[in-house]
Amino acid sequence: TLQRCLPLPTLRGEWQSGLVGSRCPGKVSPTGWISVLHFTVNEDLKQMLESSKDSAKLDAMKRIVGMIAKGKNASELFPAVVKNVASKNIEIKKLVYVYLMRYAEEQQDLALLSISTFQRALKDPNQLIRASALRVLSSIRVPIIVPIMMLAIKEASSDLSPYVRKNAAHAIQKLYSLDPEQKEMLIEVIEKLLRDRSTLVAGSVVMAFEEVCPDRIDLIHKNYRKLCNLLIDVEEWGQVVIIHMLTRYARTQFVSPWKVKEYSENNFYESDEEQKEKDQKVKDTYSMDPDHRLLLRNTKPLLQSRNAAVVMAVSQLYWHLAPKSEASVVSKSLVRLLRSNREVQYIVLQNIATMSIQRKDMFEPHLKSFYVRSTDPTMIKTLKLEILTNLANEANISTLLREFQTYVKSQDKQFAAATIQAIGRCATNITEVTDTCLNGLVCLLSNRDEIVVAESVVVIKKLLQTQPAHHGEIIKHMAKLLDNITVPVARASILWLIGEYCERVPKIAPDVLRKTAKSFTDEDDLVKLQILNLGAKLYLTNSKQTKLLTQYVLNLGKYDQSYDIRDRTRFIRQLIVPNEKSGALSKYAKKIFLAQKPAPLLESPFKGRDHFQLGTLSHTLNSQATGYLELSDWPEVAPDPSVRNVEIAESAKEWTGILGKPKKEKPTEKFYSESEEEEDESAGTNSSGRYLESILHLHCLENCIFRTDLCLNKIEKVTKKSRAVYKIRKSEAKVYVTTQVSVPAKTHELLHRMSGKGLAAHYHFSRQPGIFGDHMVSVQVTVTNTTDHKIENIHIKEKKLPPGMRMHEFSPIECLEPAGSITVSVGIDFCDSTQIASFQLCTKDDCFSVSIQPPVGELLLPVTMSEKDFKKEQGMLTGMNETSAMIAVAPQNSTRLVIIEKLVKAANLGVVPSGQDNIHRFAAKTVHSESLMLVTVELKGSSTAQLIINTEKTVIGSVLLRELKPVLSQG
Amino acid sequence: MIHSLFLINAAGDIFLEKHWKSVVSRSVCDYFFEAQERASEAENVLPVIPTPHHYLLSVYRHKIFFVAVIQSEVPPLFVIEFLHRVVDTFQDYFGVCSEVMIKDNVVVVYEVLEEMLDNGFPLATESNILKELIKPPTILRTVVNTITGSTNVGDQLPTGQLSVVPWRRTGVKYTNNEAYFDVIEEIDAIIDKSGSTITAEIQGVIDACVKLTGMPDLTLSFMNPRLLDDVSFHPCVRFKRWESERILSFIPPDGNFRLLSYHVSAQNLVAIPVYVKHNISFRDSSSLGRFEITVGPKQTMGKTVEGVIVTSQMPKGVLNMTLTPSQGTHVFDPVTKLLSWDVGKINPQKLPSLKGSMSLQAGTSKPDENPTINLQFKIQQLAISGLKVNRLDMYGEKYKPFKGIKYMTKAGKFQVRT
Repeated sequence: TLQRCLPLPTLRGEWQSGLVGSRCPGKVSPTGWISVLHFTVNEDLKQMLESSKDSAKLDAMKRIVGMIAKGKNASELFPAVVKNVASKNIEIKKLVYVYLMRYAEEQQDLALLSISTFQRALKDPNQLIRASALRVLSSIRVPIIVPIMMLAIKEASSDLSPYVRKNAAHAIQKLYSLDPEQKEMLIEVIEKLLRDRSTLVAGSVVMAFEEVCPDRIDLIHKNYRKLCNLLIDVEEWGQVVIIHMLTRYARTQFVSPWKVKEYSENNFYESDEEQKEKDQKVKDTYSMDPDHRLLLRNTKPLLQSRNAAVVMAVSQLYWHLAPKSEASVVSKSLVRLLRSNREVQYIVLQNIATMSIQRKDMFEPHLKSFYVRSTDPTMIKTLKLEILTNLANEANISTLLREFQTYVKSQDKQFAAATIQAIGRCATNITEVTDTCLNGLVCLLSNRDEIVVAESVVVIKKLLQTQPAHHGEIIKHMAKLLDNITVPVARASILWLIGEYCERVPKIAPDVLRKTAKSFTDEDDLVKLQILNLGAKLYLTNSKQTKLLTQYVLNLGKYDQSYDIRDRTRFIRQLIVPNEKSGALSKYAKKIFLAQKPAPLLESPFKGRDHFQLGTLSHTLNSQATGYLELSDWPEVAPDPSVRNVEIAESAKEWTGILGKPKKEKPTEKFYSESEEEEDESAGTNSSGRYLESILHLHCLENCIFRTDLCLNKIEKVTKKSRAVYKIRKSEAKVYVTTQVSVPAKTHELLHRMSGKGLAAHYHFSRQPGIFGDHMVSVQVTVTNTTDHKIENIHIKEKKLPPGMRMHEFSPIECLEPAGSITVSVGIDFCDSTQIASFQLCTKDDCFSVSIQPPVGELLLPVTMSEKDFKKEQGMLTGMNETSAMIAVAPQNSTRLVIIEKLVKAANLGVVPSGQDNIHRFAAKTVHSESLMLVTVELKGSSTAQLIINTEKTVIGSVLLRELKPVLSQG
Repeated sequence: MIHSLFLINAAGDIFLEKHWKSVVSRSVCDYFFEAQERASEAENVLPVIPTPHHYLLSVYRHKIFFVAVIQSEVPPLFVIEFLHRVVDTFQDYFGVCSEVMIKDNVVVVYEVLEEMLDNGFPLATESNILKELIKPPTILRTVVNTITGSTNVGDQLPTGQLSVVPWRRTGVKYTNNEAYFDVIEEIDAIIDKSGSTITAEIQGVIDACVKLTGMPDLTLSFMNPRLLDDVSFHPCVRFKRWESERILSFIPPDGNFRLLSYHVSAQNLVAIPVYVKHNISFRDSSSLGRFEITVGPKQTMGKTVEGVIVTSQMPKGVLNMTLTPSQGTHVFDPVTKLLSWDVGKINPQKLPSLKGSMSLQAGTSKPDENPTINLQFKIQQLAISGLKVNRLDMYGEKYKPFKGIKYMTKAGKFQVRT
């Protein structure tokens, strides 16, 4: 077969290009015999595809893919190809997939033949086969299979493998573009996948969200913090998409951090005192939402990404969301991108150009990075020039002008012309150098290159207009130029100047009109209009000398070929030449023509671009692209921030809801039973994605756990056990992954209702890794109103913190209904000490002093490490860093499970897997300084054990030892 | 996001097309050809071109335009960065990225593109994962494949995509375990007429070639990390560790990769290793001009400057040049007006020079500006910023790897205005 088919492809190619030149030779060929020939060619491929040998099939498929790549039609081979969809040979299979995705749309009926193969593959035990089956199935654009696709997506979205779920997210968009009516169902899937905790899924599902339902911002609330925390581990393309989405989200949910500044600007005219007062007020009331801060903090490291798109995405996020003072951190990274390829440079420079208009200070230190090199492409040169002009100020203008002088001489004349414009802009913006610039430009008028001269004329015209007072000489000089310059814009500019200031050059102006009247018919339209203009102005000021000339010009204009010229001529004639028909207007002709005209503003062409979100296609094109999502303005008042509180908000709401209803028992039962189930399941799977899989299941659990949580809270004694899974990106790689956290439901009293005049407050440690900052312990404060009237404006005041400690307060609660309760989060940095944080809890009318003292166990965050790493770390923390004690162990406490439960309840420790039955290991790090805290319990006999703690923080270590001592001895 | 991709050669032929969603007719490229005509030079074609229904985003590399077709709003850098990644992948696969190479390997190219995007959204862009999915063609493998009928497509499914370190494949084995790091610094500078520096900065990269068995965990520390003003990392580098200790800690990808790029700020004084003495003059009346340049070493820390190449774009009025170099060879192309002088090594005892005359077109006036001189050079065993690697340690594996570190300084965009 090989020998036979070899000469044929070339033959086919010749026919196609030489004779037919069509993309569908089989169908459109003008004569029958050509299609016969093609028939035989493809017949050959068909035979190869039907052969029993894989090598022949593969060869055929490769040739077919080659045809597709060249854009040639291979659709008639469909039946022969589709038969091989179930081939055992993986490469044939892949190539068939390629073919299917390309032609299924055209051959829908036949494509259905392949569907069952994919349906079978969707059930394959291998996750990668499941994923690729879903991928191909969803890429077949055949409307009939929409229900099958929908089903497949739904199933895949709860697959154990995150990779399959990622592909499900991709399939959502494909199905949506195939059949937009599936939107509602797809949104359900998106909602589900948004809850996914896998970094693999995050980027893809956000992409689907952006495509299908970008307006459903409510789906993001509960996932906001998670997305922020996952961001750094998501693959780079996903990062870009998530950052853009979060930018939009943040603009709808948080109040403007720029308010303070704007406020003082607006009140420019108010007296200083008032001003101060108001500033004070504004400063008092604005404190950034911790979630807003979280986003800014978690995106910042991504400025170091190697991917230009990620760096740009973070930069635009800072530009649109960060307080003005913080936005400048991005400039260094943006400047770094200028080393990249010309395309990247182009986009980055455009964005810098827009930024530099509003914020010179951001890029001033990098001024020299924008100096132009002779090897830069013209588009890069002009953008750099634009930025240099934007950055010009009194301090650097002399350096810049010197640099511009080099550019003006450039061999690239287009660029030289742009430089002249830039000089003009500098001259108007910075008054100190206006004269210098003007002189420089006048010198350029004697340049040999016409483009340069023309551009100078245009710019000088604009400059003169701003200050025409004493520039008669320049105008005369330019009038002389008129004999030599041929560029229409320049000629028109000179004529306009002479007309406008004809009274300053009374002798020259009529002469210029005479000359141009002579050449009128040969001039460009632009110039003709200005000749008419000049004539009209002279007629009005100096009719004695110019009446005839003007009428001559008007006559020429009357019969001109251009409509515009004829119209203008008619208009001017009626206006300036008085006759019986002309109305009252001609009396004012002089006022109309020689009115004081405002000087043109020389502005950056990037001026208006800032209403587009930076980094978008619309910004680059300066016009709204299809599918552009407007960035909303900051809300005046922030929407309820508690919507993002994943657990607490839910529980608080429901708590008020189920208050008093006898619903308490049921969820508790459910919780325990499911939790056990869950444990079995995760133990059963041993694929690499084990943790991630269990997370998904856990997720369903979470809701009921937290529902339980309130009841438990009320009962105030049962230990709540939940599994929070998070990944700590620790400095050492070995010390991360998942961890099991048991949260003591023990609540402490912050404010008793008797001493709080009806306001009661409790707090407990939620053991969440800092949503407020890496060094903060998060404390959940539940405030309850036991009075029979509303309590308004509950907030924190007068923090008395020992030096070094910091506290992140909750945003004020506006109003609390009678019998209502609300839970808010507070972050406190205890500096790894058990010192007391005292502050005042205030309402509208009263203030109550309260304080929080942390048990030492809450100053830790669990880490997970292998036994080997534990031993290694322990080996490094001996001697001074080790404290130990012998403790008594109650007999019922000597089993592994009980020991783990008790210790983890007493302190926030992570469990380290242990090879020996009698040794139990726990690891944690301190919240503030992130020093390791290693706890070992070694059972010696039945009733004693040795408790060892290894840590650099010896003080905390010994306190912890004291606290842990009684834990195992008590029943 | 990305709808389709067209590859267009210098002659304006579309030699490859790939669609990830429904097919977009190749006639959309006509808008691109129009823009190309307007731009006169390839590098002046705007990277973003709007058409009535689509947007064309392109990159130009290796004399090929990679044109992506977009239908709706997308961050342009996202697409551009991705296209560059495609080119890098081809280069990685085939050694060179040229039209011939792509045409010869069209099936592999197609398979790779298929894996890189799903429905227009990047799926697998890490070269390590791609190579597991689709093996790059080698001569040996091609021969074996023809005989045995086996394929390029990996029959083992890649696990890297699912692991915590997606950039590294699992089960890597070498008999010789080696890790090489090249510290390469480029000086970008503009020198003015009188020889003083207008702007100079150093951009550096650390390129690595790591061939180590298993899952090694490396740490690399510097003697003077403070020098690094702005850095960007390969995703494998642990950012926190850098922030707190200024140490690079990472599990490396297998093979060649760029570990780090950095910038040494302009605030630090940059040593300029060479100087150029020039005397180029045109006279208004005469049709002859004088041309003389000499290159010499300046601050080279005692190292030899080699691989020196001087290029200069002469003004249009220059018809020909009659020059004699003291060493090396020179070429002047009367069509493009590009003068290029391959100098080689600079011997400080006998400075290389190029002297002679230029004949100018009669009747034209003298050019406004003297030509800019672009310089290329290399200095081995020197990082001009003074950056030094302190040590490299490996954890996680038992064997002793062979480690090597090399320094080099090169000219980046180094221009002398005359």
